[in-house]
Amino acid sequence: MAQNQLGREHQGITLRGSAELVAEFFSYGINSILYQRGIYPPETFTRVQKYGLTLLVTTDSELTNYLNNVTEQMKEWLYKCIVQRLVVVISSIENNEVLERWQFDIECDKTAKDDNGPREKSQKAIQDEIRSVIRQITATVTFLPLLESACAFDLLIYTDKDLAVPEKWEESGPQFITNSEEVRLRSFTTTIHKVNTMVAYKRDSVP
Amino acid sequence: MAVVKWTMAQFLFEADLQGLLKLDTPIPNAPPARWQRKAKESGPGPSPLGVSPMKPANRSHSSSKTPSKTPGKSGSKIQSTPTRAGGDRYIPNRSTMQMDMASFLLTKENDPAEESPTKKEQQKAWAVNLNGFDVEEAKILRLSGKPQYAPEGYQNNLKVLYSQKMTPGSSRKNSRYVPSMPDRILDAPEIRNDYYLNLIDWSSRNFLAVALDNSVYLWNDVSGEIIQLLQIEHPDVYVSSLSWIKEGNYLAVGTSNAEVQLWDVQQQKRLRNMTSHCARVGSLSWNSYILSSGARTGHIHHHDVRVAEHHVATLAGHTQEVCGLEWSLDGRYLASGGNDNLVNVWPCAQGGSGDISPVQTFTQHQGAVKAVAWCPWQMNVLATGGGTSDRHIRIWNVCSGACLSSVDAHSQVCSILWSTNYKEFISGHGFAQNQLVIWKYPSMTKIAELQGHTARILNLTMSPDGTTVASAAADETLRLWRCFEMDPIKKKEKEKANSAKPSIIHQSIR
Repeated sequence: MAQNQLGREHQGITLRGSAELVAEFFSYGINSILYQRGIYPPETFTRVQKYGLTLLVTTDSELTNYLNNVTEQMKEWLYKCIVQRLVVVISSIENNEVLERWQFDIECDKTAKDDNGPREKSQKAIQDEIRSVIRQITATVTFLPLLESACAFDLLIYTDKDLAVPEKWEESGPQFITNSEEVRLRSFTTTIHKVNTMVAYKRDSVP
Repeated sequence: MAVVKWTMAQFLFEADLQGLLKLDTPIPNAPPARWQRKAKESGPGPSPLGVSPMKPANRSHSSSKTPSKTPGKSGSKIQSTPTRAGGDRYIPNRSTMQMDMASFLLTKENDPAEESPTKKEQQKAWAVNLNGFDVEEAKILRLSGKPQYAPEGYQNNLKVLYSQKMTPGSSRKNSRYVPSMPDRILDAPEIRNDYYLNLIDWSSRNFLAVALDNSVYLWNDVSGEIIQLLQIEHPDVYVSSLSWIKEGNYLAVGTSNAEVQLWDVQQQKRLRNMTSHCARVGSLSWNSYILSSGARTGHIHHHDVRVAEHHVATLAGHTQEVCGLEWSLDGRYLASGGNDNLVNVWPCAQGGSGDISPVQTFTQHQGAVKAVAWCPWQMNVLATGGGTSDRHIRIWNVCSGACLSSVDAHSQVCSILWSTNYKEFISGHGFAQNQLVIWKYPSMTKIAELQGHTARILNLTMSPDGTTVASAAADETLRLWRCFEMDPIKKKEKEKANSAKPSIIHQSIR
């Protein structure tokens, strides 16, 4: 795999470029979720311009490092097409109950691994699709139940079975929600990677 | 309790993407989905292995496989609803599953022969079907180190936002008296509870036009008379927007079947029916003889109402419904707000050469922007308000593009109106208090909050003399608030300054 450049509009999308785009999307997507769901104080977020939108990203250095680790690892795994899913689990701090689960399914076109030329899809089209998904994430606040208690988040990644677990990572269960409602959001595709987004939340036991 | 009601009303399984985009309309309750009913009746299915959402202690017991096979014995079958994106999605019922899984695990070593190869294949096929990939082959990894916690004492502020009963009043004493009760309450039965429509407008001749589903009624403030101006005969078509021409004798009506109609109010006759859009017309704004209309497609059309070929320009700057549209008072700029969270400011370009692009695009709002209003005493100052996901009011200078100020209104903003009598503006809100808030400009402090509506406010409009604000809400009432009443002395000065302006349009429209 000789191509090391980020896919540019005139060059089409390469596997590495696609991996970067998707990893970047996850970084901004996770930041948006943390802001919109109020996991961290809104004052700790700052506005940046991305995808033609104003997005909020955290300024907390620890959190930024944590997310960067994940993003870097995701880039690599996306490039090797061995990651299938990224999940953001939001659980209550007191009793560890999972309240919300954001699931990003990744479909990777493995034929892109062969040294074909870059795929034809403009950066702009991909950006538009990503923008729609992020807007939807923002909009979910209108129907997701309030997170009453203080919450913490966790990131889970579903990879191929035979992957060697890298340092800093450990194995985990899927942390499903008991009794959940699910809503499927839009998906976007770079022609090499396709990302489907879905959010599951705890159904209230209120009559 | 307000919080409970809100969550109840909002939560629902909705796989329909269109419905998801419509953020600000209430989601009706739906019967339980098929998968829910099935899950209840048939019990266990694929389950995650030994996981309650607990931390490390549990994980050491679980193997690296996420199981997708149901226990071979005990006669339970995998549920037969295959997953398709957006369709019935099988969600395992965890509480019953764990027991079966546990018993399976305990006994599986004793009879491995139970599973025939074909059965294994079948189960594997179902697993791939249900999960989209072979979950058997997947490993779930978690970045170690504790997930970062928010600092101590941090309370999720959304809870405060959605459960507040009363916002603390401004600490300064109000320097003027604003009556807390409306002057008058009018009945507005069948008014459509749709955030994106603009269903009321008050003319310079003191007629308040209200669209109730497929009819438009005019109410005269002084005489109290009510006239039904029109009723759309087409079944299932409703009025989606209203706008009076400056002179107050013609009313533009936008409909859900993409028409823009022009009505002569004195003769109660339709003058024109302009069709150029292909989706409902939710917003209208006049600039002298140009009528601009915004549609659900995100396109804005300019219509020259004097000529036969009325469609003179198209502005494509939004990808979703244009719900806020307003020409500046000097006619130089058109501000538009859409469901795509963007605010565009368009120049008044003459001549049809090429595409017109906005001079400014503001992306800071995190929700649909319906409230768009130009400041009457300061040039180039625009106020915008965001929907439920955003809740902020922002003031912009459209020349420099700077956001002059921003304030969190804690509630969906449906409309903003600047006062012509005072240096203030008023905003209309939704959940939880359905109130109107009067703000002082430029200090952005609250002067008064007007409560009374029992459901979210949909639109605001101001009387021609600038003293009264009418609010239409989902509780099917129109309330008239006399909040900008002028001091008699100041009033006299103002009247001297005003002069009647001749109208050009009278002679032009046929």
